[in-house]
Amino acid sequence: MQVKSMHFKATSSMKLNDAVLQAAMKKTKGKFVDGRAAAVAEIDVWQDIRTHAASLRDRVINNLDAYLIEFERNATLRGAVVHWAETAEEANAIIVGIAQRNAAKIVTKSKSMVSEEISLNDALEAVGVEVVETDLGEYILQLAKEPPSHIVAPAVHKSKEQVADLFEAAHHRPRTLDIPSMTREAREVLRSKFLGADMGISGANFVIAETGTTLTVTNEGNADLVTTVPRIHCVVTGIEKVIPTLEDFATLIRLLPRSATGQNAANYLTLTTGLKQPGDLDGPEQMHIVLIDAGRTKLVGSDMKEMLRCIRCGACMNHCPVYQNVGGHAYGWVYPGPMGSVLTPTYVGIENAGDLPNAATFCGECQVVCPVKIPLPDLMRKWRERQFDQALRPFSERFSISVWNAFATRPALYAASTKIAARVASWWGGKDKLITWLPGLDGWTDGRDMPAPAGKTFRELYAGRLSQPTRSDRS
Amino acid sequence: MSARDNILARIRKNSGREGLTTGLELSQVRTHIARQERGPQPSIARDNPVARFIQESDRLKSTVAEVDRLADVPQAAAAYLKQNALESAVVGWPSLSGLDWAAAGITYENRLACGEDMVGITDCFCGIGETGTLLLLSSPTTPKLHALLPETHLCVLSKARIVHTMEDAFQLVRTERGELPRATFFVSGPSRTADIEQTIVIGAHGPYRVHIILTP
Repeated sequence: MQVKSMHFKATSSMKLNDAVLQAAMKKTKGKFVDGRAAAVAEIDVWQDIRTHAASLRDRVINNLDAYLIEFERNATLRGAVVHWAETAEEANAIIVGIAQRNAAKIVTKSKSMVSEEISLNDALEAVGVEVVETDLGEYILQLAKEPPSHIVAPAVHKSKEQVADLFEAAHHRPRTLDIPSMTREAREVLRSKFLGADMGISGANFVIAETGTTLTVTNEGNADLVTTVPRIHCVVTGIEKVIPTLEDFATLIRLLPRSATGQNAANYLTLTTGLKQPGDLDGPEQMHIVLIDAGRTKLVGSDMKEMLRCIRCGACMNHCPVYQNVGGHAYGWVYPGPMGSVLTPTYVGIENAGDLPNAATFCGECQVVCPVKIPLPDLMRKWRERQFDQALRPFSERFSISVWNAFATRPALYAASTKIAARVASWWGGKDKLITWLPGLDGWTDGRDMPAPAGKTFRELYAGRLSQPTRSDRS
Repeated sequence: MSARDNILARIRKNSGREGLTTGLELSQVRTHIARQERGPQPSIARDNPVARFIQESDRLKSTVAEVDRLADVPQAAAAYLKQNALESAVVGWPSLSGLDWAAAGITYENRLACGEDMVGITDCFCGIGETGTLLLLSSPTTPKLHALLPETHLCVLSKARIVHTMEDAFQLVRTERGELPRATFFVSGPSRTADIEQTIVIGAHGPYRVHIILTP
């Protein structure tokens, strides 16, 4: 997917003034946040499960080569072909090659964020293959020619009116705004694609080393058809998705749907292990698993390696006050919200995504809700430090931080200067005691007024209180 | 050097390890895997599995009926189909084809489901109490499509085969089957989507209805 993260500031201003988007974001916010809270409350050992999940992900990340080799061995024993791709281009070449060798004309796809990363659809369409997205949200976006704005609910930014327009243009059926009827219409249109496809492409929520299994978690049942009906099944996934055992999957699946959508269980879990067996009436004759690096090894052993724990639930973005207001497209690449603000600079370069680690209030909610305890604010802070060190932020910002540093590390100077600043700010507030404009900071004061300080600093007030008799002294 | 070698080498280098992955490291990984260690179990996993299965099925919008013996399944199926004004022509697995469907007024076809079939009937490997989940394992006589393509999925489940957790279900697969089949398919209620305005709609690409008939 084309990187547009460098335009974060301009795009987010635009998104804040987009009435359709703002209405959609408002509607969604409560559902994800409240839904998760209710589902989590039913699990008395939630924190223990998080700790266990984080440590099992770390175990893999710290021994990633051995776990990948073990996965490859077991998948190969069951008849799958494991491919390795260092870059997006290599991955696309492998998958296009599989499609061409097998003369595949129609490819059905279930939702895969990795395939968005590598722009797989473009690569397949360039050689004349018809690619059909089958997740309802992804299908809507394919019609709209837009990228997803959320990793779990890709079309969350679309209104039903917008979807109705797209369906009317594509399906040539009477326009309806009844959501169940629209869903049925998509089911009917996509049914023939499911049954007519030569090749199915799915992502993998996890791959299991113990059994050589790849698996999908869905609610619609689309991934289950994509991996069952066509004669070729191709899995495209990142090298970090490997987990050791079936038990580990059972642990992670207690966390994933609850964190993602507030469901106790996702409707369908399909674990695919190898090929159609003699006598089987359904299932693929070929299975290809494409393991992709595309930046992931940069995180291995680094001070941001915790990011590789991520199980792509979307809880961090659902709970992020910045995401809730600007939506996913503002972030300019596949992964929005806090997890994207750490991943995007890693995968596409900090010079292309400099605003993302700064698009956070550091309220810390993302870390609190993360099912695998990724310290997201810390990781974003590390990107900020690197940007400062590499002089990648604007001169004015670096200059202000240097000035701040000079004062903040000299207590006497700090006390003297804040004393003056508190008095100036108090006077600036006038008789309304409100600061409505600050020189050079109009961007900040345009949208809000700040109560003027009382005229004395905290340290002055504290010193004053210490010198007064306390209540207990008086009694 | 192949892409595989390069990726593995980068992982080794960035992890601070020299050379290729060693036999010892691989055997340590296998030893850990063989332990099949379970994570923390929530107390809901200790509930009576049958009672919890029924309760969770309801939350998932699956419906549940109980019969006293397997032979009563066709009558229970017929009652459900009639109550919901559904077709009495069904496509099902061979394992259930020996029941007297005709006496219940049902035409039972023992073949692979196709896109036009409205009702699919299967049994299953086991049920999971914690989440109200059905586990279907693929084989020549148990194709997955019966549970996916038709608008209604009827599933026969013995109460004696309802285990507490997914971990228990995996253990049962290992004990009885030795290894995972090609498709290990967990079904929790009818298919659904919330992709248009986050409005939950039951019936996306899979069934609109999942009806479970419990036998002793």
